[in-house]
This record gives sequence, C-alpha cells and structure tokens, in this order.
Amino acid sequence: MKKLILMLSLLVPLAVLANEDAALQHAPINPNNQASLQRGAKVFVNYCLNCHSAAYMRYNRLADIGLTEAQIKANLLFAAEKVGEPMTVAMNKKDAKDWFGVPPPDLSVEARARGADWLYTYLRGFYRDDTRPTGWNNTVFDKVGMPHILWQLQGQQILKVEEKLDAHGEKAEMHTLVLDKPGLLSPAEYDGVVADLVNYLVFMGEPAKNQRLHLGLIVLLFLGLFYVIAFYLKKEFWKDVH
Amino acid sequence: MEKYLTGLLGWVDERFPLTANWKAHLSEYYAPKNFNFWYYFGSLAMLVLVLQIVTGIFLTMHYKPDAELAFASVEYIMRDVSWGWLIRYMHSTGSSMFFVVVYLHMLRGMLYGSYRNPRELLWLFGVGIFLCLMGEAFFGYLLPWGQMSYWGAQVIINLFTSIPFIGPDISLWVRGDYTVSDATLNRFFAFHVAALPLVLLGLVAAHIVALHEVGSNNPDGIEIKKNKDPVTHIPLDGIPFHPYYTVKDIVGVAVFLIVFSAILFFAPEMGGYFLEANNFIPADSLKTPPHIAPVWYFTPYYSILRAVPPILNSQFPGVAAMGLSVMVFALLPWLDRSPVKSIRYRGNQYKVWLALFVISFLVLGYLGTEPTNIWGQFSGSWAEHLDIKERATWAARLFTLVYFLFFALMPWYSKIDKTKPVPERVTG
Repeated sequence: MKKLILMLSLLVPLAVLANEDAALQHAPINPNNQASLQRGAKVFVNYCLNCHSAAYMRYNRLADIGLTEAQIKANLLFAAEKVGEPMTVAMNKKDAKDWFGVPPPDLSVEARARGADWLYTYLRGFYRDDTRPTGWNNTVFDKVGMPHILWQLQGQQILKVEEKLDAHGEKAEMHTLVLDKPGLLSPAEYDGVVADLVNYLVFMGEPAKNQRLHLGLIVLLFLGLFYVIAFYLKKEFWKDVH
Repeated sequence: MEKYLTGLLGWVDERFPLTANWKAHLSEYYAPKNFNFWYYFGSLAMLVLVLQIVTGIFLTMHYKPDAELAFASVEYIMRDVSWGWLIRYMHSTGSSMFFVVVYLHMLRGMLYGSYRNPRELLWLFGVGIFLCLMGEAFFGYLLPWGQMSYWGAQVIINLFTSIPFIGPDISLWVRGDYTVSDATLNRFFAFHVAALPLVLLGLVAAHIVALHEVGSNNPDGIEIKKNKDPVTHIPLDGIPFHPYYTVKDIVGVAVFLIVFSAILFFAPEMGGYFLEANNFIPADSLKTPPHIAPVWYFTPYYSILRAVPPILNSQFPGVAAMGLSVMVFALLPWLDRSPVKSIRYRGNQYKVWLALFVISFLVLGYLGTEPTNIWGQFSGSWAEHLDIKERATWAARLFTLVYFLFFALMPWYSKIDKTKPVPERVTG
C-alpha cells in the first residue's frame, strides 16, 4: 500500500504536466472575457507579483486586455516606474532560496508549462499542514514551498483522509478538502477570483494568441481561394496531357 | 521590348547557361505523366526547407545563443519582436512538418522502388539529407533552452558515452563541458545555423542533379526513357516538368499550406507534440524532469534505443541498434532483389512486410512518447522468473525485431515473391 502511494505520488508531477490527471478540476476560464482578465491582472499584481516575476511581460501589454496606459499607471504600477518596463520583482534569488527553499519561478509562461487546469486546481488546493515550515501544503503540489497567499480570501482548508473500500474491494485513501475556517469570500466567490487569475495567467503565457487566431482565419480564407485558383489552373494546363 | 529582353537573355546566355539550365531542369526535363498523390512530397520538402531557412534567418536576428539569455530571447521574440510569434511558430511547426513530409517522401520511395537501379546514388543523397535533417532538429532543439531542450541534449550526448573505450571522450568533446552548458549551446547554435544548413543545401543540390540525370521514377516503376519518340527522342510517357508539374505542385502547395496554417494558427503546440509543455520551463541542470522524451519525429528510434536490453552492463547495443535503424535505409538498393520496382506489381510478401514495417514504425513512435510503464506490468511468477516486466518494453522489442527483419529478410522475400507482369507503358 505504502509502495503504491509512493509510486502514485511519483507519477503525479508526470501526469500533471501531461494534463491527464483526472483529479484536476476544469478551469472555467474565458479568454474573451476582458473584465475577468482585468480582475485577474489586478489579483496577479497585488498578490503574485511580490515574489514571482513575469519578466517577459511588459506592463503596457495589458493594453491587449483593454486597459489604458493611464489605468495601468494608476492601478497596477507598484513595482516599476514606466509602463514599458517588464514585470520584475525586487526580491533577489538568494534570499528567495533561503526563505522558500527554491526561488519562486517566473510566471510569464507558467500557464503554458502547467496548463490552466493545473493552476486552477493548485490555487484551490492549499490546506493546513503543521509539518511544513510554512504551515501549508497542496493537493497537486506536495511539499510546496509557497505558502497560501490567498488564504485571507479563501480561508483555511484541512485535508480529510478516510480509508474506504474502492471498486476492487481494496482499501484506498480518500482525500477530501474541507473548509475549516472561512475566509473573506464565499467558496464560490473565491473560485471566481481564482478563475480570473488563471484566465490572466493564460493570457500572459501567450499575449499574441488572439491576434494569432484572428490572423489564422484570414490566412485560411486566402489559402482556400488560392487552392481553388490553383486547382483550375492545373486542370486547364493538364487538358492536353491525357 | 521583346527584342530587348531576348537581347538581354542572349547576352546572359553567352556568359552563363541560363536558358540551357532552364531547359535541362524545368521546361525540357521530362517527368512521367502518371505521378500520383505521393509525388507531392519532394517539392513540398523543398518548400519547407526554404521556409525554415528564411524564418531561421529572421529568428537568428533576435535570438541570443547564451545560456543566460537564450530562454528569455525566445520569449522576447514571442512578445516584443514584430510578428516574432509568427516567425517562431512557422519555424517550430516547420520542423515537425519537415519530418512529416520527408517520412512520406521516403515511404513513396519504398512503395515504388525509387531506390533501385539506376537511382541508388540518388537514394543515398536522400539518406544523407535525412541524417542532416535529424542533426538540424537535434541541434536546433537545444536552442530554446527549456527543460526538454536541456535534458534531451543531455540524454542524447550521453549516448556516445556508451561507445566502448572512446565514448566518454567523445561525449566530452561534443559537449565542450562536463554537462550541457553555455559552451554546448554556442556550438549547437553554430551547427544549427551554419554548418548543417550548408551541408544540407549541398546534398539537396546533389539529390536534384542526380534525379535529373537518371530521371524520375513513377508509380509503375517503369523507365520512361526506354520508350522514346524515334524522331524527337522525347520519352513517350514524359511531359515537361514545367509547366505541367509546376502547376500541379502549386495545388499540392496550397493544400499543404492549409494544413500547415491550421496547425500554426490554431494548435501550434499540437497537443504538446510539436512544442512540449516542459520546454516552457527554463533549463535547470539540477532538476531532472520525471519523463524525458524526444520530439515525436525521433520517438521510433528512441523506442528502439530503450527496447534493446543492456549487454554486460553496457548500453552500447541499444545505441548501436538505434544508429543502425536510421542508417539501414541506405542499404535498401542492395537488399531489394525483386525483379519489379513498384508495389503495384509485387506480390503479397513484400506488401505484408512493408505494412508490418509501417505499423512497427508507428507503434514504436507512439511508445517512444510514453513512459515504459504505460501499458502496465506482467504479473505472475513466470514474469518474475524471466525478468519480464513492462509490457510496453516487450511490445517495443517485438516491433523493433519486425523493423529490422523487414530489412534483414528483404533479400529473400523480395526475390521469391510472386510478381505480376509489368506493362510496357505507364498506366493511368
């Protein structure tokens, strides 16, 4: 049994990266919802951008989600002087390593590495664990170095472990997260905040995505037309072959 | 005006064989008139080659071959360079599509016996191009400096270590350091953007010169040069490459570009097969990813590498088998003893073997993308006793055997196979 759990825990990062873990919750995000993206940007700048940088992302790229330069300057520019600067943080890597064990990773392309569902599940999966130095652990990222930054919003969850019989009649551990002390937001409101944040992280992973999809349609339409012309041109020339 | 242009052309022709080359390679190069679907992939390979070179040049303008800067410079291209994302996706999609096109082009050669006399050298140049392409893909894959880039290169370079006696020195020499590092990145960049493209272009030129010397094969595997018009000496079944095949290939180009663009614009990661999720994490020499797999086009060979068990604690047999699995294509012209070239006139033995080979290639390719425990383990005392564990490993061993038997037994099954009479003139 222990062996099995060990094996499964070894498989978790693998399955997670492949986005195949059934335990991942589907992230209810909509890349076309600008309000959600803007709320997500606000959460990102207020909560994440203290330890995590997004060094490949410039503040003024937030124009892509409908924010003006004045809005960015007034509301989101805490860690930089000019809107053209990238989203860096002041924390240096050595300190970060001493405090958390690993320096917090840059989040510019985190959504492309992890996938939206993983991020959504991760941000909802923190629970109290007194054996950890930060007092927190996570269901999809065991022994995570990061404390639960959004705990005031979500409240404090605990992990309930029950032994139950599974479908094959064997004893299996069932893990369920239970909200122990409620936070400022209701669970539904908190899920909404996380969805906004994940939506933003996905946008930040590839800001050119919307342009890509839009251009793609035009290119395919052009090529469709080009195919028709090429087809009849060929037909015309090949009349004399057979 | 026309007189002036003719005058200019005449002026050039006296100094450079422009018209002569135009005629020899296009307007008076006679290709069989019965090319089918499979004959698009040669010109498409050429198109992708040009695409890769042009996009590659623009990427080189913004990319930094430096371990500290490489990953960031790729993201810089994706975000801050005008149309950088488009150029980068064209290049990344192009590399995968290059292999799609080349694999189909090679399969065409195997279907219609295009490697047979007198096209052995043409085939060998082709194998050279294939090897070069694999080198290009391998060196290029390190450049984004993500986790998969890094660990993939680490694994492949370490393969050399298993070569008896000189292996460790060779790895060190290739790497330029004791681990994959900035030195490795710099030399891989040089190989990727200068050395191999030059060799590749030379080989492509030789491939085409050889093709135009012996003439194109066709789905019937008949030499059209055997039936020439007695007066004009033009092959009766031949048509000028230009305009007939230029306009036909343009249709192929249109269809190809539609597929290419659909991937590029709507699924550039292709579900993690063209761009792997792990490669969006910067290279970290201290963190080994749980599952290292090469990009899809290398996975059949990677499967073969994993399938061959170590002998006397040496991984060398696996490495040798993998090398052989790529090089063995070069032997095809001399392994095939069939009196006919095309699969149309071959018997069932060859057809079955070729089908088994294609299936093996695909299954090995699939298994190479997955961890070896994907299909679970055999249970029971017999499995323990025989040291039989992972099912997928045993499947890979079986298909590796089939892969090699296709080549090893070819001199026999191709010779004794029943064949149908080959027509005098091309059909269809």
